Amino acid sequence: MSIVHYEDFVVGEVREMGPRTVTREEIVAFAAEFDPQPMHLDENAAKQTILGGLAASGWHTCSIMMRLLCDGLILNSTSQGSPGIDEAKWKRPVRPGDTLTVRHTILEKRESKSRPGVGLVRQECNVLNQRGESVMEMRFTAMFGKRNP
Amino acid sequence: MRFFDDIEVGWRRELGKHTFTAEEIKRFASRYDPQLFHIDEAEAKKSHFGALCASGWHTAAVCMRTIVDSTKQFTADMTARGEKVAKTGPSPGFTNLKWLKPVYAGDTISFVSEVIEMRPTESRPGWGVVRTRFSGRNQNGAPVYQFDGVVFVERRSA
Repeated sequence: MSIVHYEDFVVGEVREMGPRTVTREEIVAFAAEFDPQPMHLDENAAKQTILGGLAASGWHTCSIMMRLLCDGLILNSTSQGSPGIDEAKWKRPVRPGDTLTVRHTILEKRESKSRPGVGLVRQECNVLNQRGESVMEMRFTAMFGKRNP
Repeated sequence: MRFFDDIEVGWRRELGKHTFTAEEIKRFASRYDPQLFHIDEAEAKKSHFGALCASGWHTAAVCMRTIVDSTKQFTADMTARGEKVAKTGPSPGFTNLKWLKPVYAGDTISFVSEVIEMRPTESRPGWGVVRTRFSGRNQNGAPVYQFDGVVFVERRSA
């Protein structure tokens, strides 16, 4: 498969990435290291919270999305990283056993004024569970090297 | 946490700091962001970053840890003083997340929070919405990371 360069992105193009099943062990391990709140660590304590049961940290969902994006696109591209995320919405809890996919859409693209060999690609990721419900939505820009700088 | 009524725009807290080791940078990246400049020193040296640096999501996750730990401490201190602690709701998301500079292996990042906006909610009586800017600087004082988070905070009962 040829490496994806800036020139290859088409506005409106949709890619599907994943799936990946999220285990209870992974939810608890991530939370123990980075987000040790009861709703991410312990079923009984989580039942008392507004989430109503054990759910992944929102930052864990971001990280899983990143891995699906890496495997589905970035590792086979000229990606040079991202300056940041415009907006992210945590729409539903991610539960143990949920199987996530990413629906990835190219929103816009433009050439970098400051870096001639690089283009900026604005993208949207919609993370869906096995019922097709959106659990997270995110819009961001990333930099990709050009085939013909 | 403080009640919505006791919080004001400009309230600033130091959340804590963290030194990113090469080992933990590679461990996080091998799970969630296995780009070469996050998992291999030699490849990172050849990349536009010039040296091994943390996944942006690793920086975000470590910032969350400082938020959780400092909030637990803040709440414990309130309880110890005999003050009533306000509940907070789940966060609906974030905006304006920026990775301003790479976080390199060995960098120590200090995180702070500052309340930037407050408003009551019509959809959830008894609660208010607090928007907070979280940011991190490295050991040279250079900003490396920021985002704006939103959280629901309980109001004092009338």
